[in-house]
Amino acid sequence: MAIEQDEIEKIAELARIRVDAAQAADLTRRLGDILAMVDQLQAADTADVEPMAHPLDATQCLRADRVTEENRREAFQAIAPAVEDGLYLVPKVIE
Amino acid sequence: MHDLSVTQLAQGLRDKRFSSAELTRAFLQRIAELDGQYNSYISVDEAGALAAAAAADTTLARGEGGPLTGIPLAHKDIFCTDGLRTSCASKMLDNFVPPYDATVVRKFRAAGAVMLGKTNMDEFAMGSSNETSFYGAVKNPWDLERVPGGSSGGSAAAVAAGLAPAATGTDTGGSIRQPAALCGITGLKPTYGRVSRLGMIAFASSLDQGGPMARSAEDCAVLLGAMAGHDPLDSTSADVPVDDYLAGLGEPLAGLRIGLPRQYFGDGLDAATGECVRAALGEFEALGATLVDVDLPNTGLSIPAYYVIAPAEASTNLSRFDGVRYGYRCAEPVDLHDLYTRTRGEGFGEEVKRRILVGTYALSAGYYDAYYKKAQQARRLIARDFDAAFQQVDIIAGPTAPGPAFRLGEKNDDPVAMYLEDVYTLAVNLAGLPGMSVPAGFVDGLPVGLQLVGRHFAEARLLNVAHQFQQATDWHTRRAATGGSN
Amino acid sequence: MQWETVIGLEVHLQLATASKIFSGSPTTFGAEPNTQASAVDLAMPGMLPVLNEQAVRYAVMFGLGIDAEIGLRSVFDRKNYFYPDLPKGYQISQFAEPIVGRGHFEIQLEDGSTRQIGITRAHLEEDAGKSLHEDFHGMSGIDLNRAGTPLLEIVSEPDIRSAEEAVAYLKALHSLVTYLGISDGNMAEGSMRCDVNISLRPRGHEEFGTRAEIKNVNSFRFVEKAIRHEIERQSDILEDGGKVVQETRLYDPDKDETRPMRSKEVANDYRYFPEPDLLPVIIDTSYVEAIRETLPELPTAKRHRFAEQYGLSAYDAGVLADSRALGDYYEAAVAACGDAKIAANWVQVELLGQLNRSDLELGDCPVSAPDLGGLIARILDNSISGKIAKQVFEAMWAGEGTADEIIAAKGLKQVSDSGALEAMVDEVIAANPGQVEQYRAADEGKRKKLIGFFVGQIMKASKGQANPQMVNSLLAEKLD
Repeated sequence: MAIEQDEIEKIAELARIRVDAAQAADLTRRLGDILAMVDQLQAADTADVEPMAHPLDATQCLRADRVTEENRREAFQAIAPAVEDGLYLVPKVIE
Repeated sequence: MHDLSVTQLAQGLRDKRFSSAELTRAFLQRIAELDGQYNSYISVDEAGALAAAAAADTTLARGEGGPLTGIPLAHKDIFCTDGLRTSCASKMLDNFVPPYDATVVRKFRAAGAVMLGKTNMDEFAMGSSNETSFYGAVKNPWDLERVPGGSSGGSAAAVAAGLAPAATGTDTGGSIRQPAALCGITGLKPTYGRVSRLGMIAFASSLDQGGPMARSAEDCAVLLGAMAGHDPLDSTSADVPVDDYLAGLGEPLAGLRIGLPRQYFGDGLDAATGECVRAALGEFEALGATLVDVDLPNTGLSIPAYYVIAPAEASTNLSRFDGVRYGYRCAEPVDLHDLYTRTRGEGFGEEVKRRILVGTYALSAGYYDAYYKKAQQARRLIARDFDAAFQQVDIIAGPTAPGPAFRLGEKNDDPVAMYLEDVYTLAVNLAGLPGMSVPAGFVDGLPVGLQLVGRHFAEARLLNVAHQFQQATDWHTRRAATGGSN
Repeated sequence: MQWETVIGLEVHLQLATASKIFSGSPTTFGAEPNTQASAVDLAMPGMLPVLNEQAVRYAVMFGLGIDAEIGLRSVFDRKNYFYPDLPKGYQISQFAEPIVGRGHFEIQLEDGSTRQIGITRAHLEEDAGKSLHEDFHGMSGIDLNRAGTPLLEIVSEPDIRSAEEAVAYLKALHSLVTYLGISDGNMAEGSMRCDVNISLRPRGHEEFGTRAEIKNVNSFRFVEKAIRHEIERQSDILEDGGKVVQETRLYDPDKDETRPMRSKEVANDYRYFPEPDLLPVIIDTSYVEAIRETLPELPTAKRHRFAEQYGLSAYDAGVLADSRALGDYYEAAVAACGDAKIAANWVQVELLGQLNRSDLELGDCPVSAPDLGGLIARILDNSISGKIAKQVFEAMWAGEGTADEIIAAKGLKQVSDSGALEAMVDEVIAANPGQVEQYRAADEGKRKKLIGFFVGQIMKASKGQANPQMVNSLLAEKLD
């Protein structure tokens, strides 16, 4: 499946990755190659095949409802780019 | 000392031929002297290593400790290490010092192992040549012009060059086995769920698995024994008892049925590499095993299925790297959108961005059924192939990689050509099976790996098969010429 | 044109677990920012979710409470979008295979009439953190304490036709989940948050109109106001021949209006896919049946039983069955006094009125149900009049003792001694010859009014303690 540059821009926006105009054409070509390879999948007969999300047919184990974590804010925020009054700072959030 | 196996080093420690501190210093010195040419380490933790060695020596002096007490090891820089930078070879995490240990790291600490440092890798484990690292490519110790394989290329090169007796790796599509093959060491990707993924930075959650990389199957058995086990903090970790892998190493191979997938010996396999692999298989026959041709008819789907599933999972696993709570943050973002797009645009390397975009595309509205769902269906077909083959045989064998180590830069420009490097390994991850690579010969002075694949949780059998082979051959004892002072 | 309103509600219910849905962090409300955010909640690299059994149990309880199909296999998915209060860049939710399937429950309107409202599904998911908008040098602050709190998202069918029904639905839902004990239902603290999907269509048409979604309306009153406002806005557009735009809007209670949300304008593509860090959740029927065994009597059943067993009106039964605690209180009061109707009246008027005036919850009520029943019993045995009883109730509220203690201490016992009453009656007749004259001259109709004067005088003389029935009959006897 061929992919157009404007589609790449839409995908890049969904993924929140800035793509410079200079890279866009090159990226489009490479992604086109990858998608062309991936399109070999379309030849496979997968009628009535249950999709396989996990390699083992295991089921979820459940955790008892107990508080096991203590407050480690200081350690976690020591590695944060911007904090104030215990909050993580980001450019203004607009609702 | 750098030539000894983990078991020999453990014996040496117990016999007091050397202390853990001496051993650790010797490796630190080799790293300082030689790693300039390999670039196999991203971080070396001299102080931490010496402290751990001193503690191990105290334990050993009391006559206590286990097979790993005082043994120096290196961890792939994808495993979080409390207080030591864990970068995943990305600019995104260049400044990231986790305040916690991965379960694997914690288990090795508890076993008394000494962590020398963190090894180089492809960025976020995305690559087959170790050229996507933010910290630069790793060089293959057998030929500095060539790649060590990837993504666990730093671990493979460090072990091959004697800069660590053993190391951890992770394998999402071949990232332990392929570099092990290209560097002439032994590597094991366990069954999905055998080793905890907690604290192992996720690439593709349903495929990732940590495992040992060492000089022999016996050493891998020692390491896997320490790594494996159920982790209640990893929902996908298997609650299956851990075998005594060392104890299982004495089984003769008479009567063993080894399946050779036709599809693994066809076009695309380098002829000389194929010769090495066939010769190695001859050794197995000599050991009493029977070779049986098997069919894995959907092998051709494994690359396209993998390159949908792995990028899809990765595209969302890597969403957490947003410049808010840790890691790289772009300078002076003008608004929230700018913070996200520039942090991620600047923090991720090209291959990582490509895979995030492919994965985002595969999951996006209108494409999900054609790509993601289709790939998950193909995945089941691939898994069924193995189920059918394992009705006939005990293990499956073939080449690990289509050829020996290629030149640095050779496949850099063509992602799809690079992806073909994992043609024999990807299916094993898709099916969640355990797989190993063992040294099986040389082509033009470059190591060739033989891949062995077992049934789910058959690590003990795989290790024994590899061990029997290594008892009969000496490929795994060959060393690249490295120089160095000890 | 006559428009019909079509409303569907999505309620995000915080489940009352001690720890989060995927981590061992506490869920207590109001802690210092980010002190209840663990490595898992902060989406630190390598961290993985593990599902809390209690959240599963609560979801199953809810499913049983609305007579729904329980998903014996349910699957968590990732819902992908970037927002600073969403640390992983995806929310773990359930998309294709929710834990609770189709169900229904009954709502009761103000006039006592009832309707069945369908529930499309309910699924488990994790809550996000909070963005605090007060200014940090032009920046917003992010608190992730709430991130990972378990939510049950309850999606109704578009069965609701008015603001009044929407409120009744929310009240019934609130009543159900607090009966079950699966949520504290505290709307002020955000334990129950509501998104309203609303559209108009010409009355009699089958096809739905274009809907707007109003996000995060967090009190019964605001739901009502937001819906009324939105109905008006949409009908204005439609009347003018315009088209309603499908969009997400935010209700602003200060301005009483809805406005489009700026951040959600970009069409979202959530890229749902099965969460690979979690495995399918498989429960068996014995697990479900064991939970069914533990369910209490639910509000609808209790309401119907109250009406039938105690002869209450549908409305009264609805009020008394609204909360489990009030229903229990009422029944204990009935048991203590033996008269269900008077008890219903006392609980609804005096008790709820007093609680309301003192801004107290039933749990903090100073008068116990048996004590209230004891008070009512004194009315029933004519020890005190209803009027005096209110006085006694006030004293009980103030902690002065039981009804009997207060009646004794204050000498409030009704005078039913016919000798003493007769003396009082004689005294009043003697003191008011003019009125006596008037009374005797009047016809039957007027006499009824005039007798009130004498009763009043006697009650005054007795400080309200004279037995009114006895006074009436003595007066009638003596005046005739």
